[in-house]
Amino acid sequence: MVRGAPRGTQGSTNEEDSDPHARAVSKKTRQGIDRIVVRFAGDSGDGMQLAGMQFTDTTALVGNDLSTFPSFPAEIRAPAGTLPGVSGFQIHFSDEDIKTPGDEPNVLVVMNPAALRVNLSDLPEGGVIIANRDTFTENNLDKAGYKENPLTDGSLSKYRVISLPISTLNAEAVKDIPELTRAQADRCKNFFALGIMFWLYDRPLDYTLQWIREKFSKMPSVAQANEKALKGGYTFAIATEQLPVQYHVNPAPIEPGLYRNITGNEAVAVGLIAAAKLTGKTVFYGSYPITPASDILHELSRYKNFHVKTFQAEDEIAAVSAAIGASFAGQLGVTGTSGPGFALKAEAINLAVMTELPLIVMDIQRGGPSTGLPTKTEQADLLQAFAGRNSESPVAIVAAATPGDCFYMILEAVRIAITYMTPVVFLSDGYLASGSEPWKIPKVSELPKFHIVHWTASEGFYPYLRDPKTLARPWVIPGTPGLEHRIGGLEKSDVTGNVSYDPLNHQKMTELRAKKIAGIAETIPDLEIFGKEEGELLVVGWGSTYGAIYAAVDRVQKKGRSVSAIHLRYLNPFPRNLGEVLRRFKKILVPEGNLGQLLLLLRGKYLVEATGLHKVQGRPFQIREIEQKIEEMLRWR
Amino acid sequence: MNPETLPNEPIKLTPKDFVSGQDVRWCPGCGDYSILSQMQKALADVGLPREKFVFVSGIGCAARFPYYMNTYGFHTIHGRAPAIATGLKCANPDLSVWVITGDGDGLSIGGNHLIHCIRRNLDLNILLFNNKIYGLTKGQYSPTSEFGKKTKSSPDGSIEHPINPLCIAIAAEATFVARSIDVYTQHLVETIKRAAAHKGTSFVEIYQNCIVFNDKAFGDVTDRAVRDDRILVLEHGKPMRFGKNKEFGIRLKGLQPEVVKVDEVGEKALLVHNEQDPEPNLAYLLTQMQNPDFPVPIGVFRFVERPTYDGMLNQKVTELIQQQGEGNLEEVLRGPATWTVK
Repeated sequence: MVRGAPRGTQGSTNEEDSDPHARAVSKKTRQGIDRIVVRFAGDSGDGMQLAGMQFTDTTALVGNDLSTFPSFPAEIRAPAGTLPGVSGFQIHFSDEDIKTPGDEPNVLVVMNPAALRVNLSDLPEGGVIIANRDTFTENNLDKAGYKENPLTDGSLSKYRVISLPISTLNAEAVKDIPELTRAQADRCKNFFALGIMFWLYDRPLDYTLQWIREKFSKMPSVAQANEKALKGGYTFAIATEQLPVQYHVNPAPIEPGLYRNITGNEAVAVGLIAAAKLTGKTVFYGSYPITPASDILHELSRYKNFHVKTFQAEDEIAAVSAAIGASFAGQLGVTGTSGPGFALKAEAINLAVMTELPLIVMDIQRGGPSTGLPTKTEQADLLQAFAGRNSESPVAIVAAATPGDCFYMILEAVRIAITYMTPVVFLSDGYLASGSEPWKIPKVSELPKFHIVHWTASEGFYPYLRDPKTLARPWVIPGTPGLEHRIGGLEKSDVTGNVSYDPLNHQKMTELRAKKIAGIAETIPDLEIFGKEEGELLVVGWGSTYGAIYAAVDRVQKKGRSVSAIHLRYLNPFPRNLGEVLRRFKKILVPEGNLGQLLLLLRGKYLVEATGLHKVQGRPFQIREIEQKIEEMLRWR
Repeated sequence: MNPETLPNEPIKLTPKDFVSGQDVRWCPGCGDYSILSQMQKALADVGLPREKFVFVSGIGCAARFPYYMNTYGFHTIHGRAPAIATGLKCANPDLSVWVITGDGDGLSIGGNHLIHCIRRNLDLNILLFNNKIYGLTKGQYSPTSEFGKKTKSSPDGSIEHPINPLCIAIAAEATFVARSIDVYTQHLVETIKRAAAHKGTSFVEIYQNCIVFNDKAFGDVTDRAVRDDRILVLEHGKPMRFGKNKEFGIRLKGLQPEVVKVDEVGEKALLVHNEQDPEPNLAYLLTQMQNPDFPVPIGVFRFVERPTYDGMLNQKVTELIQQQGEGNLEEVLRGPATWTVK
């Protein structure tokens, strides 16, 4: 959604911290609300991600704007009922333009005591808790560290608690289905809860019913059980007096067009499949499973008829090496990983720097260092991308701003790699990778065209002859008669590409490699400023902070204050007008999910005063956190 | 190699056609000179044009090899040549891909990639030049150095048990396993040609002398005075005999080989070499035969068929396109569910 200026600059971006449920009335009525944030939470075996995704798809289909943020533990199945085993899925949906999954939930659906304990601190006073009270047993309360049952001891008096016997109701709903084990029956309770939520927010069941039938087509009793659970939850909600109000959120005024919901990792995969089509090349994806990048490997492995070949390598180094081999062969070599794997790939990336081969390296960042927080988000690999290799090692770096933007930025990475014969690092993170948003589907005819020319003439060929404009060397496909030549990691003589240890040649080649990357700036768009062209404060972001920053800046602008924002999707080289834009503002704020990495680069390159706002909690910024910092900075004149 | 893409006319090339013209910078007397020369002879007879060959190497003395071949070449990073060659071969299965590695590059830093390339059975050739020493870093012990070896980094003698390259290849179920020797020029040419002809990973260990840091690395078996008694040349379908007058043979005693005199036991008692045995057990046994208890076998240990990784990968692409047609990008962009905003 971040092509140029952000969506909704004309309309209002109302993300005030209001509680729509406060307006609930005592008898069963239908009430319109503008936006809501729901968080589903339960044990990692409770199917909360699935329930959340189903709710998301249906919410997209009814035309709300939305943004989601799943959160799950690193353990596949931590002991049931324990705090580390809690998995959550948050969705923010609205009748207006929204940019983030919401600072905090208005409604918390908890399937066990541990889910309540882990998530309660995020719920503001007056928030709604929908709890499966059947799981609040002595044993489960004990596992969650509760001495008394919070549903009955009065400790939740600040919230509106809707305590429902979901397990019992679910068991009742599916009891007549033949050949259904008790475990299978109990596993449907997420769909019972989903059915309740569908009624509560006035969503149709059709899409999920269809999904159930397709998903369990080979297990008819399971399909039937899930269907009964979903419908059971829905009809229970209609009947119960505990839910007196049904809420309705109108469709959002979104730019007309055909839409789908998309996560960042899906957008990356779709982008690479499109790249294969648009370049007429095979995309060779070498990867080693790693959270949160593995979904890209899963997705791409299903598209062989698009000339996408996937290779699950023996390790991270083999994954990038094989991709380099494919690039040398004249195809599009791509590798994807997260921070720890990116570190392992460093030496091989430098081989592609030295041999000047196109290569896409995708780093889906997560909390670190070392194994860190595998399933949590962070933006702390920018400097690793910039300088995490031996010697002078310039590479292009791009970063996506939203889940849907991953599609466009991966195509940009491909364009830069093949135009300039260089590795390109594409940065995403756990938040973008698994978060989702509605995405306007582009027309194939509107996508960029790629014209790749491979050198074939034997006359005048030298492996390191450069295109005068881009400084790219020729890309020759092995198998081309008469052009047999050798490349490698040793320093090359200018033009001929022969091995050279000549001191002046090394200086020249080092500078040429740097100049080539710097020259990419000629083909990247100038920054567009959100807000006034000059003024008191400029907020500078990159990557997944886009939504929170623009929503915060929008709020403060509406209060009549002088604050503007820019968002960097190109980190190396920077857009040409960056230095000049920075100098038009008295103060600069750089919020980022690290301890000041972009900040260091901006200060170093442009000698500007700038202040950082750093968050490394494995969670994205809340709008309010940035808003508060902006207001604080506008106060100190 | 896809037969349909081969040229119709047989290609006539000479060893000279494969000389790149770059100054060869190995030490005078290095075993690599002979290997280079035998490679140029062998490729002239393979029947492919020069541009179809790609030499991929890692780091080390052996890794300079691609610069001296007038073919495509890629001198990569330490230990990773099999991985780079894997991507290259998958992306362009029409190429004849050769990985040149050494005992350090292939078995120490790159051991992982070597094993996985072999088990996947990529259709490429791996030549491991074994000189039992680190040459380019000037003389440290390598993973194949013998126990007790005194080197710059093991002044008291190495306390590491050496790794056996062919044993690793067979454990990874290589489909073509062979050994030759730098100075056995005719044997080396023939071994390279057989490797070239094999569809699947061909793994060839070449005993190579390092004249500077480990001279006579294999002198105990290759010296002219002793070689007939200490080398067993394997030939498919023939009894295993060795010695100046082929007076010795190998017999199986229980699960162990033993050296016997042929005139005492008769030729029929000897093991007959079967390189096509689907079970790798005897081939493994042969890799365990070492001087001084046994003659050292050279030749083709194992030569079996198994589908190649690149062949299966590309076949799946072709099949899927035949079944479903070329992918429709619009469908992928649309994904599982869409809605229209008016």
